[in-house]
Parts: sequence; structure tokens; C-alpha cells
Amino acid sequence: MTVKVAVLGLGSVGKGVLEMIARKDLDIIVTGVADSKSGLIDPSGLDIDAVLTAKKTGRCGDTSISANEVVSRADYDVLVEVTPTDAGSGEPAHSYMKMAIERGKHIVTSNKGPISLHLKELKDLANEKGVLVRYEATVGGAIPIMHTLGNGLAGNKFVALYGVLNGTCNYILTRMAAEGLTYDQALAEARELGYAEADPTYDVKGIDAAIKLVILANTIWNNGASLDRVDITGIDRLTNDALRLAEEKDCTIRLIAEAFPERGVLRVSPRIIRKDHPLVFEGTLNAITLETDMAGEITLIGKGAGSIETASAIIGDILFISSHVRCN
Amino acid sequence: MKLEMKDSPGQLVSALQPISEVGGNIIAVIHQRDLSSREDTLGVQIVLEIAESRLTDLVSMIKERGVNILRIGKDRLLYKQTVIMIGHLMHTDLSDTVDRIDCTGFAEVTALDLAMPAINEPSSARLTIKSVSKKDMDAALDILRDVAKTKKLLIIEPLEGELV
Repeated sequence: MTVKVAVLGLGSVGKGVLEMIARKDLDIIVTGVADSKSGLIDPSGLDIDAVLTAKKTGRCGDTSISANEVVSRADYDVLVEVTPTDAGSGEPAHSYMKMAIERGKHIVTSNKGPISLHLKELKDLANEKGVLVRYEATVGGAIPIMHTLGNGLAGNKFVALYGVLNGTCNYILTRMAAEGLTYDQALAEARELGYAEADPTYDVKGIDAAIKLVILANTIWNNGASLDRVDITGIDRLTNDALRLAEEKDCTIRLIAEAFPERGVLRVSPRIIRKDHPLVFEGTLNAITLETDMAGEITLIGKGAGSIETASAIIGDILFISSHVRCN
Repeated sequence: MKLEMKDSPGQLVSALQPISEVGGNIIAVIHQRDLSSREDTLGVQIVLEIAESRLTDLVSMIKERGVNILRIGKDRLLYKQTVIMIGHLMHTDLSDTVDRIDCTGFAEVTALDLAMPAINEPSSARLTIKSVSKKDMDAALDILRDVAKTKKLLIIEPLEGELV
């Protein structure tokens, strides 16, 4: 059955989603799109290639149609909310999502801000309206962690969680260990390769990893975790000497996000870790290890970022919805 | 400790029994025939945890059973943990930092590797801490975390549950 989606946000993730919908035969049509300045609505399905071509000039569509209008007026089953994250307020994404849920529309998002701040509120509202909120793409890029938690490992008790949730930090630490680069040199290299933002604060101070940890903790334990309750230490004070001292003991240093619900521990910090540990790998990959009562220990590793990789998570959520609930 | 006993049935059991009677915990029993030893005796090495105050009792109980104790090696500090510290370690009195652990009586810094780059740059050190028990190790690390906070040092610990 064909599923109709409206896509908000045409940055790297939004464009990746549109490209994959256009290129692959997924039975998904796009009935609305909006970027920060313009929008388009077509109940019979937009010409995606035309939208992507128009976007190259700066605007995807008509400046008289706002994102707000697309959310409130367009005919769609699933709102794909992929606008830039505001970790402080979660806006305007949070309002768009609520508006769509009120209209009885499902939500698929990659937006960490509103999910880390308002997950319970959004889920409660969605339950009331009989729709789903799916956010696979908020944590671990292409890694199907939410599907694993919600379906594959359903019924397990989760005792602990460890993760490498920020590819930028993992890249920097890998390079410091392998080449003896200083932190500043490795950061400069990560920037050149496009792995780090111009302002890398969120990544290197551990905040991005902490936001993802909050989302995981709330998903697994529904324990009201919030960013201000995470004990956060970044990697920006690490020296290459420290990595060498770890190497001498067949260990290395990685930025690890950890949750131990029974002790109320939520922490992101650089840790000394054996080189043969499953969470030690090179480059920008992400990984999550879950300790469970039935399945034992499970580690998922995969690409933590990237336009098409994130599109994979979003499309997985859209197709989950279309196969599990009836779209109007 | 290394025990020497007669090579006859039941000897090993009777040598081990007193250990549990005094509340000791057997970690390993290494049992090998030493060709150079007298033919009717058997050498056994036992690694165990026991409260220091009960050691004399244990020795006399084992001796009563006709088992000869050849040697007792004491290593109080069975738990080992490695941490890395980064910061102005010398300016913030590294020997005081180490003393704060050593003066506890239940934990000691047994090795320290220090890397000092250019003057005024933060230095890095790897500390090996040994303690009597896991609880003592946790207490020692708590002290170190407090010291690090006041001296503005960064402490990097091993992944929880992993002994490095």
C-alpha cells in the first residue's frame, strides 16, 4: 500500500531521504515538502527530481507556503521531520510534530532536540490519537537500535548500556592513537574531512553523545532522563601522551556513553578500554552494547552519520509504519 | 602459601578444610609433584584470601593435621586498577596526590609513569593503584576523584567492570 509523506527540512538528511524515495521502488509518495523559506503541496505526489533541482538554487518551492502550512494542510500519512536540531528548546520541530499528531498523522524524525526533551509528551499524545512516533535516526545513524530494542529484544530486561555514540570523537581519538597527533591536529583533520562541524563543541564536549544517551535511556527505561542529569566529560582535554600511556597497556581511550539504571548512572566520559573490546574500532563508526537478561550481551556497530545512512533509518521507520498500521 | 604434605589419600582435603573454617577464600590450588622432593611428600601451592588476624589460627590448624607449611607469602593488595591523569600534575603537587591514596592504609599507588611535554603544557600520568578489596579500590578512586576536582585534573578510568 502506498504511504504518503510530507518532508520538513531539506538539509543533508532531507535530501538523502528524497533521493532514496525517488530512486528506489518503495511505494512512498511525497505530498508535501518544506525548507526554512518555502514549501510545496501536491496531494497526488510531487516530482522529487524537480524539488531537488529547485533546492540547488536555495529554495525548494513556493515562498508563500510555509512549513507550518505543509504540516497543517497537506494530505499525508507520515510527517518526516528532519529540520535542524535545537537541543535547547526542540523548536520549531516539537510544535510541528504536535500539530501533525493532533491531525492523526504519524511522525518519523531524525531530530534529537524534541525527542530528548519531549519524548514522553509526544508518545502520550500519539497514543491518544492512535498514531506512532518513530525516531530511529536520532541515535546511531543507520544502526537499527530502536527496532532492535522495540522488536528484536522485546521482553528482555536491559541491565546496562554502553555506546560509542559520536563518530567525530571516535575519529579524533583513533587518529591521536594511531599517528600520535595532538588533539588540535586530529580535530583539524576531522574538520578538513567534513567529520567535524565548524563549531565542534557539541561533539567534542560529549553533549551530542549525552543527548543520544538520554533518548536511549528514556526509550528503554522510560525513566525521565534529561541532559542535565548526565555526568559529561568531553575529549577536548586529552593529550596524545595519555593515549600512548593507555597503548602501553594494550588499551586505548574512547568516549563512552554508559547507563546503569539500577544505580541511576548516566555518564559520558573518556574511558580506558582494552583494544580487543567490541567497542574499540577505528574511524567514524558508532556502536551500542546492550546487556540483557535473556539475550546476554549484544553489540550493534554501523555508520553513525551521513545523508544516505540516516535516510536508511528514516525509510525503515516509514515502512514500519506502513506495514504495521493502516495509513489513510 | 606453599604447603608440603604426605602423599596419601585425603591429605589435600584435610589441608584445605581449615581455610573455610576460618572464613578464608580459596582462589587457586596448584598441585605438582616435585621430583627433587622426598618421595612420600607432595607440594601444593594455595592462593587464598583471609583476614590477617586469622592467619595464625589457620597455620596452627593446618599444622595440627600433620601438614607442613613451607612458605607463606603475603600480598595484601590483590586488586589492581590503572587510571590516567591529565593536567598540571607537577604544579599541583603530584607527590601529595599520590600520598592521598597511600595514606589510606588500604590502597597504594604502586607504579607511576609520567609524560611531561613542554613547560606549561598539561602532563599525563598513568597510575597503578592496588588495594585490599574491591570496596577499598572504589574508596581510593573516590578520593582520587575528589583530589582531581580540587586540582582541576582530568581522570580517565577504565570502562566500568573492567580491570585494566
